[in-house]
Amino acid sequence: MSAVLRLLLHRLGISLIVLIGVSMLIFSIARIIPGDPARIALGPNATVEQITKLRGEMNLDAPLPVQYGFFLADISRGDLGTSLYTNRPVTQDIAQFLPATLELVFLAGAIMVAVGLPLGILAARYRGRWPDHFVRVLALLTVSAPGFVWAVILMLLFAFYLPLFPIAGRLSDIYEIERTTGFLTIDTLLAGNFAAFKDAVHHLILPAVALSLSGIGQAARLTRANMVETYDKPYIEMAQAYGFHPSRIARSYAFKPSLIPSLTIIGLDFAVMLGNAFLVEAVFAWPGLSRYGVAVILRKDLNAIMGTVLVIAVTFLIVNIIVDLLIAFLNPRIRYSTRGTS
Amino acid sequence: MIRTLRILAGNPLSLLGLLLVCLITLAAILAPWIAPFPTHNGAVVDFLNNNRPPSAQNWMGTDLVGRDIFSRILFAYQISLTLGVVVLAIATPIGTIIGLLAGYLGGWTEMILMRIVDVFLSIPPLVLAIAMMGVLEPTLTNAMLAVTAMWWPWYARLVYSIARGEREEGYVLAAEVIGAGATHIAFREILPNCLPAIITKMTLDMGFVIIIASSLSFLGLGVQPPTADLGSMVAEGARYLPDSWWLTIFPGLAILIAVFGFNLLGDGLRDVLGEDE
Repeated sequence: MSAVLRLLLHRLGISLIVLIGVSMLIFSIARIIPGDPARIALGPNATVEQITKLRGEMNLDAPLPVQYGFFLADISRGDLGTSLYTNRPVTQDIAQFLPATLELVFLAGAIMVAVGLPLGILAARYRGRWPDHFVRVLALLTVSAPGFVWAVILMLLFAFYLPLFPIAGRLSDIYEIERTTGFLTIDTLLAGNFAAFKDAVHHLILPAVALSLSGIGQAARLTRANMVETYDKPYIEMAQAYGFHPSRIARSYAFKPSLIPSLTIIGLDFAVMLGNAFLVEAVFAWPGLSRYGVAVILRKDLNAIMGTVLVIAVTFLIVNIIVDLLIAFLNPRIRYSTRGTS
Repeated sequence: MIRTLRILAGNPLSLLGLLLVCLITLAAILAPWIAPFPTHNGAVVDFLNNNRPPSAQNWMGTDLVGRDIFSRILFAYQISLTLGVVVLAIATPIGTIIGLLAGYLGGWTEMILMRIVDVFLSIPPLVLAIAMMGVLEPTLTNAMLAVTAMWWPWYARLVYSIARGEREEGYVLAAEVIGAGATHIAFREILPNCLPAIITKMTLDMGFVIIIASSLSFLGLGVQPPTADLGSMVAEGARYLPDSWWLTIFPGLAILIAVFGFNLLGDGLRDVLGEDE
């Protein structure tokens, strides 16, 4: 069995434990709600008989561990219950809203890596000089405001004063695109409609930039710190003593070892972005999980709240497993090791 | 302490951070006396002067019911800073104790405690807080509770990683050899070595707690109107962009400046105390 496969199984095992913990946490949050979930579900005009009947259906009279057992059995079958807000299965609701959020978060993550890593490398190569100071201030500034503040500033500057980008939404009304995957950038290409594809990308850019800003700062700072640490290693000093060109040293010797710790943090940043998407989506009227999440929270729609949090936690765990595997592929010590990894 | 402050003052960016933090703290404490319109924190209406752009009388303009935005920002800083201090005062000791126990004792304690920490860390912090606020009533106390619940695991992980490294150090072994108890070693020997990292993180986290709290109230899940809060002020104003830009831009910049101050200061502290991520 290869080391990477063993790592994968190990990570899946840990994720499963964490997932059970997450389900317990979500279940406890749902149970601290003041009041009777059945009464909240049926509204103020429900009769006592109706409430008793629903309490029976929801297993609310069983002891808490038994209720948790039912909850776990349901979610393992992929049944997250019915939303009181839309009267549809929660899984169906989430399947409708999640792709819009993921599309936004993936692009924001790509922007974060594409801009943050080079900035960090730049800062490390010119340590103590002006590019370093510039990146430091920029990074501190971008992490200093919540996503909705950047969203409002970007919208004001680049949608109103300089009308370069659309103000809100995912696609202009003139396009009718069949939803296959829910990712509009993919659906428009599947439909072969390049004008609509351009339009969808155009709508994506401002929200994605707003979402990526705080991540860019963090990615740059961490890459810088790791690069600086790598630059102090003896093998870099030797390469410098040989008279290798600085850009060759940066590219071939310093970059890859520094990338590995950055990747771990990028995985964590992904989680932060999933949360911040709630804020950016609200500003840009983006029809994603946020709009659904906030709507169900204001209506105290328990099944939908629990389902939304669970799906976000699962998405985050999957991304982190992918990041771990990427690190394993990048790190020859893991790739070729015969011993187990922890 | 004096030495740390002197080095901090020598770095222009850290000095700027220190000044911003002091300025904002003073502004928040003195808000009832220095605000041009001290009554505008609550449910006051002045429809003769509503939705006015910045002027000599109202430096940052007035909101939709005629309240002075500058005064409201000063009062909103009170809420933000109180929330930050309370959350960190509760979350830091909890996280530190759990991290120390897991890191020093190891074995089953480590296994169980750190898996619990993993569970909390595997839900995006803001989503967890939003979910908790979803089932609780939106009040200041509950917002503090929700943010604290998601904050302690980060301290547990930080202290845990340091404590696990220190566990093998010679001085710990020396203390064990002369028969010191586990509590003594964890709190008297290992904890002092974690303090620089904890202090740095607390400074940076004041900024992040302000961000999370304003995010909650931006979504309508935090402090409720008519109490002034930076997040809800941005949310109210966002519907009137671009014409009434002062409704959103000034509260937004107020968040940015406060958090930027704490970040500059924390970053400077990290350099002085020699702590990296």
